[in-house]
Amino acid sequence: MEWLAMERWSPYVVGAGIGVLSWLTFLLSDKAIGVSTSFARTAGMIEKLFAGAKVKDKAYYQKFPPVIDWEWMLVLGLLLGAYISVVLSGQFRLEWVPPMWAAAAGTNIFARWLTALVGGIIIGFGARWAGGCTSGHGISGTMQLAVSSWLAAISFFIGGIITAKIIFNVFLK
Amino acid sequence: MFKALHAKRGSQLIIGFLVGVIFGFLLQKGGATRYDVIIGQLLLTDFTVLKVMLSAVVTGMIGVYALKGAGMAQLHPKSGSFGSSVIGGLIFGVGFGILGYCPGTVVGAVAQGSLDALFGGVVGILIGAGLFAVAYPKLEKGFMKIGDFGETTVPQALHVSPQLVIAPLCTVIIGLLYWLESIGL
Repeated sequence: MEWLAMERWSPYVVGAGIGVLSWLTFLLSDKAIGVSTSFARTAGMIEKLFAGAKVKDKAYYQKFPPVIDWEWMLVLGLLLGAYISVVLSGQFRLEWVPPMWAAAAGTNIFARWLTALVGGIIIGFGARWAGGCTSGHGISGTMQLAVSSWLAAISFFIGGIITAKIIFNVFLK
Repeated sequence: MFKALHAKRGSQLIIGFLVGVIFGFLLQKGGATRYDVIIGQLLLTDFTVLKVMLSAVVTGMIGVYALKGAGMAQLHPKSGSFGSSVIGGLIFGVGFGILGYCPGTVVGAVAQGSLDALFGGVVGILIGAGLFAVAYPKLEKGFMKIGDFGETTVPQALHVSPQLVIAPLCTVIIGLLYWLESIGL
């Protein structure tokens, strides 16, 4: 069982594993793996705590009601699965600033937190605008050969590459 | 084939959870939940993320289309438009480059102890999704309508059988991966 304790697996083994997992979701659940809709549902659940039942009147939450569904459980499972993996390899550690960010921008926690928050807001908004994320479009949609997903996935990387290059090669240089 | 199972809500929630456990385990083992690996991909110095994604796409595509051909599965291509997929996708990309995680890998990053992913990434994505719900009625009638093509797949758009897309696409992807390895990336 040494392979379970390995820190990293070959990306091809991991990718093929995700591919086979997708066969199972189509077969057993008639669904494709995705993540970002659950963030929209959770945002609705949180709004409901403050604003009450009228949240349901928002057009977007009528399309994606703030309830726990298959994909929401998938995201919960993702949290556990990644935790099992990191614990088995003994790599769990609390960390505010990732090494590459620290090397380029320093170890200031506030700067990294604020950047991550702003990036999170933009990616969350963009994911719902595009109707999916790197999982739902980038993996599940492209394997189904959906036109929307190929366009979205290519756009994710064009936007991401340009932004990361500007941040690391201009701002943090 | 599993129609009865598809309709069982309780069983489906459990299956969803178990799929998530395996998905999260694989993403973490692949290194895709690490900021350094994702930023390395976007800076084009580390191709781990692309290798994971493209091998998932090749494996998944062959299996899912085989299941569909055997009448055992249905496809669920997402509907889209240029205004939604491309503009939304580019906005996503900007956030991707700033955050250094995506909505799935940010959850895996939280599980490995990355606090920037939890207090920055997850909180930000929830705010972003909430803001989108506010903007949705206007965007839906405006930007997201531009160049609408619905739930089309590439074979449908080209009026060819899926095999005629799958075979060349798999060849190109495998060739690209082989090339990346051969130049040491």
